[in-house]
Amino acid sequence: MAFSALPRPNMAVPQPVEAKKVSSLPPAGKQAAPLTHGLSSETGDHVFRFAMFLCGLAVLATLALIVYELMLRSGLSWHAFGFKFFAGHDWDPVNEQFGALPFIYGTLVSSFLALLIAVPLSIGVAVFTTEMCPLVLRGPLSFFVELLAAIPSVVYGLWAIFVLVPLLSNYVQPFLARTLGWTGLFVGPPFGISMLAAGIILAVMIIPIISSITREVLMVVPQHQREAALALGATRWEMIRVGVLRNARAGIMGGIILGLGRALGETMAVTMVIGNRPEIAKSLFAPGYTMASVLANEFSEATGNVYLSALIEIGLALFLVTIIVNALARFLVWTVTRGQPTRANA
Amino acid sequence: MPETTKTSPLHTVPPIALRRRITDHVMTGAAVLTVILVLVPLFAIFAYLVYRGVGSINWAFLTQTPKPVGEAGGGMANAIVGSAFILALASILGVPVGVGAGVYLAEYGRNRFGDVIRFTADVLNGVPSIVIGIVAYAIVVLAQGHFSALAGGVALAIMMIPTIARTTEEMLLLVPQALREAAYGLGIPRWRTTLSITLRTATSGVITGIMLAFARVAGETAPLLFTALGNQFWNLRVNQPTAALPLQIYTYALSPYDDWHRQAWAGALLLITLIVTAVAAVRFAVRRGTFGAA
Repeated sequence: MAFSALPRPNMAVPQPVEAKKVSSLPPAGKQAAPLTHGLSSETGDHVFRFAMFLCGLAVLATLALIVYELMLRSGLSWHAFGFKFFAGHDWDPVNEQFGALPFIYGTLVSSFLALLIAVPLSIGVAVFTTEMCPLVLRGPLSFFVELLAAIPSVVYGLWAIFVLVPLLSNYVQPFLARTLGWTGLFVGPPFGISMLAAGIILAVMIIPIISSITREVLMVVPQHQREAALALGATRWEMIRVGVLRNARAGIMGGIILGLGRALGETMAVTMVIGNRPEIAKSLFAPGYTMASVLANEFSEATGNVYLSALIEIGLALFLVTIIVNALARFLVWTVTRGQPTRANA
Repeated sequence: MPETTKTSPLHTVPPIALRRRITDHVMTGAAVLTVILVLVPLFAIFAYLVYRGVGSINWAFLTQTPKPVGEAGGGMANAIVGSAFILALASILGVPVGVGAGVYLAEYGRNRFGDVIRFTADVLNGVPSIVIGIVAYAIVVLAQGHFSALAGGVALAIMMIPTIARTTEEMLLLVPQALREAAYGLGIPRWRTTLSITLRTATSGVITGIMLAFARVAGETAPLLFTALGNQFWNLRVNQPTAALPLQIYTYALSPYDDWHRQAWAGALLLITLIVTAVAAVRFAVRRGTFGAA
């Protein structure tokens, strides 16, 4: 089940081909003593194993390189500002004053907004696909949700600019301002380009991740849990609540956190609709800025070593947060699926 | 309260059961509603993409380079070729390492070190693409002194490796142990067994993994922003800035010109057609085995 997206190997074909290869393989002299390994094959084994080991090591080295480069190049900013960097409000490249708080705030608010919208929807979709829908629909439905994951970030951004943002500014924002304006979260001019737009587009982008992991987790809940609940006279919903969701909650939590990890690091679509203004506003109608979008906008134009270093420090912070979030998520998913490799192409 | 329901003429249903039954229906309705709410944006995106894109894809779009700012006409030919070029570089760098790491994990990685690599690959998979862009900038652009196609290729390769490694491992582990043992029994060295029997048997699965990784990085924009940078002209040199389709879509989408918006939609349609074709082809190729169970 865990391998669902990938094919089973086709075992029938290669054997006749192999038969030919085998006969051509051993050097003439070695054929007489097939049980003792010749020197050449042993060397070959060592060389091959070492080459593969290097490839594995490359994965490790890449991560180490990322950490090393980020730390090395953010050193200047770290020495100049220390922890104040994460508490400062000012982002002033001209006077070389850098405080990352508005970006941290923007990243957190847009991501949590996205979770708020995406979590109920994703769990609903996962429950529907595993527990309710006719078997015929199950394949196509998960395929469509997977398609949603295949759309590139920049295309989401394009759609958000030309469809979502006008929709928000013409209909949704005036409506929210009228009905929920008293909360202070929905006040200000309805420009469309806002924290709200970023949250919504992020939600659309993380729904496939959360729902596909939830679906996977729900599918490994043992069938007898469902049967037991039904046998006790539970309705279908009660069976789902007591027998399925409760057993899978750690894994669902893992899926949610994995979605959060994706939302935190998402760049293009957010940059295109959030407004890119480094200030902290309570209203969700106000523009904001995230850690990833400031990198996207300013990195290639950053003049001055401190400026560049400050941007890289933001990158380092983003990296560390996503690593922690992802590790936590993997652990939670693992506690449910018990080490079966998860198919999370997030 | 002693109200009886009309659901069944044969017996009366106690009120508590009625409440439970209503909850059940409400929750089923809610689940259906969530599915609709999730599918609506999907269809909206595709419908709008096709609506805006189809009219804009024409011969000029596919064969010409961009016109100067504000001038109508022109196309994204250099970006299409540039994307293909960067993706080719990324594949050359990323695929062998990814497959090799997968082989290591499956054939020699049943130990602590293997677990470390497995975990590292998963972590690497979750690193934001923009951060990978920074690293490619630091190790390639700063070293070369200018933005280049190679830097873009390196960034995308880093993103491909973990996905390919994990899928390759999964696929190799599906190959029955007996097949390997049979090969050993014939006196075939282990490396030869891995290459000619295990990998060969799992070829279609490994290719699937590569295609998925490819589809994933094909639309990436963030890591290219300050590595490949973009270019208004043709470029097929490894050490020069190169245009890429996602970058061009991004630039055009944020521009104030209608004609550029039109081209952005055309580019998006082209990009998504390529990606969805790749994903659907993979899906179709493996359909016979596990489509329903997914």
